[in-house]
Order: sequence, then structure tokens, then C-alpha cells
Amino acid sequence: MFDYEVLKLIWWVLIGVLLIGFALTDGFDMGAMALMPFVGKTDNERRVAINTIAPHWDGNQVWFITAGGALFAAWPMVYAVAFSGLYWAMLLVLFALFCRPVGFDYRSKVEDPRWRSAWDWALFVGGAVPALVFGVAFGNLFLGLPFQLDELMRSSYHGSFFELLNPFALLCGIVSLSMLCAHGGAWLMMRTEGALGERSRLATRLCALIFLIGFVGAGLWLAFGIQGFNQLSVTDPGAALNPLLDKQVMQNNAGWLGNYSRYPSTQIAPIAGIIGALIALLGVRRNSGGVSFLGTSLMIVGSICTAGFALFPFVFPSSLDPASSLTLWDAVSSYKTLGIMFVVVCIFVPLILCYTLWSYIRMWGRLNDQTIEANPHGLY
Amino acid sequence: MISESVVDLSRLQFAMTAMYHFLFVPLTLGLAFLLAIMESVYVMTGKQVYKDMTQFWGKLFGINFALGVTTGLTMEFQFGTNWAYYSHYVGDIFGAPLAIEGLMAFFLESTFIGLFFFGWDRLSRVQHLAVTWLVALGSNLSALWILIANGWMQNPVGSEFNFETMRMELVDFGALLFNPVAQVKFVHTVSAGYVTGAVFVLAISSFYMLKKRDLGFARRSFAIAAVFGLASTLSVIILGDESGYEIGDVQKVKLAAIEAEWETHPAPAGFTLFGLPNQQEQRTDYAVKIPYALGLIATRSLDEEVKGIKQLVAEHELRIRNGMLAYQRLQTLRSGDKSPQAIAAFNEVKQDLGYGLLLKRYTDNVVDASDEQIRLASLDTIPDVFSLFWTFRAMVLAGFLMLLLFGLASWASIKRNAENRPWLLKFALFSLPLPWIAAQTGWYVAEHGRQPWSIAELLPTHLSASTLAAGDIWGSLVALVAFYTLLLVVEMFLMIRFARLGPSSLHTGRYHFELEAAAANHMRRLRDAVAVPKAAKDAPTEPTAV
Repeated sequence: MFDYEVLKLIWWVLIGVLLIGFALTDGFDMGAMALMPFVGKTDNERRVAINTIAPHWDGNQVWFITAGGALFAAWPMVYAVAFSGLYWAMLLVLFALFCRPVGFDYRSKVEDPRWRSAWDWALFVGGAVPALVFGVAFGNLFLGLPFQLDELMRSSYHGSFFELLNPFALLCGIVSLSMLCAHGGAWLMMRTEGALGERSRLATRLCALIFLIGFVGAGLWLAFGIQGFNQLSVTDPGAALNPLLDKQVMQNNAGWLGNYSRYPSTQIAPIAGIIGALIALLGVRRNSGGVSFLGTSLMIVGSICTAGFALFPFVFPSSLDPASSLTLWDAVSSYKTLGIMFVVVCIFVPLILCYTLWSYIRMWGRLNDQTIEANPHGLY
Repeated sequence: MISESVVDLSRLQFAMTAMYHFLFVPLTLGLAFLLAIMESVYVMTGKQVYKDMTQFWGKLFGINFALGVTTGLTMEFQFGTNWAYYSHYVGDIFGAPLAIEGLMAFFLESTFIGLFFFGWDRLSRVQHLAVTWLVALGSNLSALWILIANGWMQNPVGSEFNFETMRMELVDFGALLFNPVAQVKFVHTVSAGYVTGAVFVLAISSFYMLKKRDLGFARRSFAIAAVFGLASTLSVIILGDESGYEIGDVQKVKLAAIEAEWETHPAPAGFTLFGLPNQQEQRTDYAVKIPYALGLIATRSLDEEVKGIKQLVAEHELRIRNGMLAYQRLQTLRSGDKSPQAIAAFNEVKQDLGYGLLLKRYTDNVVDASDEQIRLASLDTIPDVFSLFWTFRAMVLAGFLMLLLFGLASWASIKRNAENRPWLLKFALFSLPLPWIAAQTGWYVAEHGRQPWSIAELLPTHLSASTLAAGDIWGSLVALVAFYTLLLVVEMFLMIRFARLGPSSLHTGRYHFELEAAAANHMRRLRDAVAVPKAAKDAPTEPTAV
């Protein structure tokens, strides 16, 4: 079919596609829930917000689960090193995500306002915390993570959770949180009306602005304040490699921007991120949820690609021992596994997109207080 | 070397999270199918009561499903967080079924579950029915892929060690899919799920019948659950995964441990009904044996022998010595000598590399192990016999009790007089914990029986864990137990509340509590109408709310 080198590259793209799929779909329900306690003042308003995503959050979440599974299958070394190294960050995300399935299903099954308010805040945590942590994790990728591999390929991590919370990474966390909140706000603009829709509009404006400032700020910080990695000697990328096989990595890539001058077409990614934010703001001005949602979607695609292009070919750089850094050439599965999984993806992803789209079409429409009052026991 | 406490804590955490997860999974598997059956009857007959049944049992399904998803999240990521070396070592093979599970099964199940709950007014009857069946299909497919992954841990086929990348790599995807251990495990596990769903519906329907309420609803639910449960229990028992115990060495060890077979007996071996296995002395005290039965159950033949533990340990000692050789030759390769001779020499013994790695528990260098260390490592290849012996018997006992229950319940449904047999209804109600006991003990047998391996004969458990500090795992373990338990309490609260309320929770106005309330209202109105003058006169003297 393809040779090993091309297949490795394809899987770098596919992991990116899954991450983007996750951020586009699960992103808006996380964002909507992070905003829900603030844009929804009454119980009915909160229920409207929740019920816009009620039929979809579970399917959306599978993008996250599948991205995890695909990481395991295609980049087992990354799956192993990243999740064990970032142990507490990972657990924090998991605990936050625990709040969602139960929060959605249990919240409206009991009338007590304290019960409902407790679950509202649980849903808030389930939306906001992962959105924040993902950004912080991405930020730390640019700084490198303190891990190394021994000769049996066992990884050991020499940092702590709190070291992840450095200023640059926190800025990245704010970028991703505001990005997903803007996305969620735009979703609520599209699917709700009245006071709730109006507050969502204001929230979208605020979040898109924060994103715009943060995204540009993080870019400047990167360019002037951070040294990126550079892989000097490229071992044959078409061979079966392991991360320790004679690889030379230098820290001389100013701001991780080398790829942008080497392949100028990649500059479209950061531009898309900025234009996306402007379109989102335009949608807010025109009070068009659809336009805003398009804009926030572009923001997401642009900013994830921006990070991916900058890091290429690295996927998990090591600050402790740059030569241990994991790249898309040497932390991957065998040719056979990558090939089989590529076929599986080609069959199932289009199928998934079709029935997901069908489910959205079937459940489309604006919700309001009357929707809730018409079916108080059947809805979330 | 990783400390023993890190390994033990990681195992405890995995066992805990997996067992919590499997409180919810079997009920999802079973109820999804029951919902699809109920809704099919609704679509075919057009009778409203079957729609109500689908919606009510669907409500309970949702309460359970939420925690299934919650606890399932941990499972997807825990291999990376806590079993990093495992993930690296076998991710090339083990990761694939997990990713496919996401793409093929989770998306299907999770996308359509939203339409199942919220699509009643948005979809045509047939569309909604299709959605319900797709949810059932999705949950079963997810069981298929995770059991293909698990089956590979028990009997790792279709893979080979690559010394360049220092891991196992896939060579035969077909062998992975059609791994006989995975196939029997799949049938056994999903059938057990159907049984769980059936017991759940049967027990709660019996409760309504005992309370003499919503009889039409309860009777129909009871009948569907009884027949479905009978078929499923027969499937669990007849197609039980005992047949999978003949394949692969570790499965043989498991079988010997379950039966506390210390010696290899001439076929067909007897089945030990009762006994107190004593691993130190390698004998079973107070054994009560049924002649021939074990040979029949385990090998389904009269002439195949069941290997005893002592013989297995002796075989393993030889393989460990061979494994030391493999480790030594691997070191030669890794130090840079990749001559064809060196590779050929390694290939000769590499199937025993895993046995060599068992020595890592005692000596980092493996090749310098003493005879005593080799002896200890070979004894390690036998898991704890006492607990396996008894958990297996608990599972089997629960299975046969449920078979009896479903037999009687099906008979009563055919005779249409279940509600006149309170003893049967009570039996059904009190059988509610049985499928969970069977599932939990069953998984204990399957997974503890695999020890000391995480991947049978390839990778010892104690090497598989992440390089973490014991304190970190203590922290996550305590947090997980606390949070899971809190959620379980909330789930049980809602489950009991809605199960007690019954179909009245649908607010259709057709069921017990609403009818009762309506009748009481009606009576009050009648009384008020008759007593108007008196009421009017008394009105001022009644205490008024401030």
C-alpha cells in the first residue's frame, strides 16, 4: 500500500484529525457546560442549555476516547510516556470527566434545588477543567517534559504536577479554555433563544476576545522567549526505530518556528486561528450563532494545527534528555498495525460522520422554556 | 526494579476500577437487548404497554449506563497512566482492538443512545426501533473488541518479539481476531450480561407483582425476562468459557488452580466439589471428589488428561532456565552484535524470554539468578489456588441457581400464573445480586488466574507497571475508591427510587401511583361536592397557612 514512512506521516495526520474531531464536537459541549451556570439563571434556562447537548454529548465524548485508543494503537510509546508522566494531570481530567455522564443523567431526576445546583457545578467542572488542562499540557509540550528512557525502553518521569503550572503553560490553558468556551457559547447562540441566547452571545464575545489576545500573546512568547528543538541527524524514517536509536536533537529552533519558515504554507494555520476568532466576533455582532460557530470551529482547527506544525516531527519532547524525545518517526507502532488501523479508520470514520450528522439533523432546532415544560420528566 | 508495593498498588487499583466498571457493564449489555426486544413487540403489536416498558426500563438503563460510561473512561486511560511499560511492550497489538472498539462500537452505541432517549418524538417508530437495536449492537460489539484484547492477554497469538524496538509486534491480525480464547470469552461474557439484564427485570417485576400493582406491565416484563434469561443462562453454562481453558499454557495453569489439581491424574480426572487447598504443602485438605466430572467439564472428553500443578511448575522451571539464555542473547543483540548467528541464537529461545523476565522480581540482571531464585520464580507461576478454587465455585453455584430461577419463571409464564406463586416471586427478588456475584467472581478467576503474567508467558505483571511513586498510587487509589463509592451510592439511591416508583415515573397517568392519586382526587371531589354547605360553614375555623 504505502511505505512505512508515508504511513507514519498519515498517522500523524490522523491523530491530529481525531484531536480536532474531539475539540470540535466534545469541545462545544464542554464549553457550553463551562458557561451554563453563568448564562443560565433559572432552572429552566439551565435545563435548556443542558438539553441542547443531551442527545449528543456521549457520542461527542467518544472522539476523546477514540483519540486515546488510537494513541495507544498507533503511538504506544507516547500513550505510555505521556499518561504515566502526566499522572496527576491525567487523573484530574478523568475525575472532571466523571462528573459528566452522571451529571447529565441524574441532575433533573430529583427536584431538590440543592441537588440540581450541585450537579450544575459538577457539569461546570466536567467542562472547564479538561478544557484548561489540555491547554496546559499542550503548553508544556513546547517547553519539553522531564522524562527519559532506559535501555529497556522503560520511561521515568522526573517532574511534578505543580511544575506543569508554569506561566507559559497556564497561558496556553487559558487559550484552550476560552477557545472551547467560545465554541460552546456559539453553540448555545444557535440552539437557544431569549435571555439565555443573549447571555451566550455576550459570553461568546468575551471568550473569543480572550482567545484572540491569548493566542497572539502565546505566539509572541513562543517566538521570543522559548527555544524549540531541532532534529539534526535524521535516521531513516522508513525504518523500525526506537526513540533512543542514534538521534541528535539540538535546542536551537527559536520559538519552534523553524517549520514555518521551512514550509511557508503551514503559516495558514495560525492565520486561520486568528481569522476564525474574527469571524466568531462578526457572528456575535450580527447575532448569528451559525456564523460564530463557524468562526470558533475555524479557531479550533487553526490553533491545533498551529501547535502540531510547530512541533513536527516531535510529538512529546523531553527537556531532560532531548535525544529521548518522542517523534512521529520513532514512537510509532509497527508497519502492520499502522496499516490495519489505517484501513479501519478509512472504513469507519466516514460511517461515523454520516450517522452523527443524521443524529444532529434529527435533533436540530431551538429549545426554550416551553420545550422543557412540555416534557419535564423525559428531558434531562 | 520497581518496588513490590508499586506493583501491588497498581494491581489493586486496576482490579478495583475494573470491578466497579463491571458492576454496570453486564446490565447495560443485557438491558439493551431486552429494550430492543420490548420495543420490537411494541412496533409489531402497536400496544402502548410495550412502549411504556421500553421507556421505563430504559430510564433504569440510563441510570446504570451513566456510571458505566463514567467508570469506563478510567479503563481506556489506565493502561497508560499505571501500566506504561505494558503499554509500550504490547501496545502494537493490544492498542488496536481498543481503538477499533472506539471506532466501531462506542461511536455507534453512544451516538444512538442519545436518540434512544430523546428521539421518541423526532423519529418514526421503525427508525426509533432501529436506533434501539443499534445501541444493543454497539454495546455487544464493544464487548467483542475488549474481549479480543483480553483474550490476547490470556493467550497471546499472532505476535512476535522485535529486539530492535524492544516490544511485541503484530504479525497475524486474523489470529488475534479469531483467537479461540477470545471467542469463548466473548460468548460467555455477553451471555452473562444478558442474564444480568434478565434477572434485573425479573426481580423488579416480581416486586410489583408481590405488591399487586401494575400487573399487566409487570407480567409482560416478567415473561420476556424469564424466557430471555433462560436462553441466556443456558448459553452461559453450556458455552461457558471452560472450553477455553485447554488452550495455552497459562489457561492450563488456571484450570489446575481452579480445581486444585496438584497431581496429573489419568483421564478423566475427578472434580473436587469441596476442599481446602493448601498451596504451601501442595495438597487439598478435606477434599470431596466426584469421579470423572472434571475431565468431562474441562476437556469434554474421557481420554484427555488435566495437567496437575506440580508437573506445570517443573515444566516452568525448565522454561525459566531457557529464558535466562534468551535474556543473555537479547543483551548480545542490544549491545550491537546483530550478526545472523546472534539473531538465530536468540530466535531459538525467544519464546521463553518472558519466563526469563520472571526472574526480574529477584535479580535485575536475570542471567545471574541462583537456583533458589529460579525455584521461587517457578513457584510464582502458580496463582493463589485457594481463592481461585472458591471464587470459581461461587460463580458456578450462582449460575445454577439462576438456571433454576429462569426455568421456574419460564414455566410460570407459560402457565400464566406467576403472580399466584409468591415464593417464586420472592425467589426472583432475592436473586437480584446473583448475576453480579457470578460476574465479579468470574473475572477474579479469569484475571487472578492469569498471574503472575499480565500477558501470558510474555510479560510478567511486576514488569508492566509504570515507574511511579507508591505515594502517587495511594493517592489516586483512595481518590478513586472514594469518588466511585460516592457515585455508586447516588446511583443506588436513584435506581431504588425509580424502581419503587415503577412505570408511574413515566407520568403517563396510566400507572399505579398516578391512578391512586387520581382516584383519591376524584373521591375528595365527590366528598367535597356532597359536603359543600358543611365545608363552607367550617371553612373559617380551619387553620390558615401564614
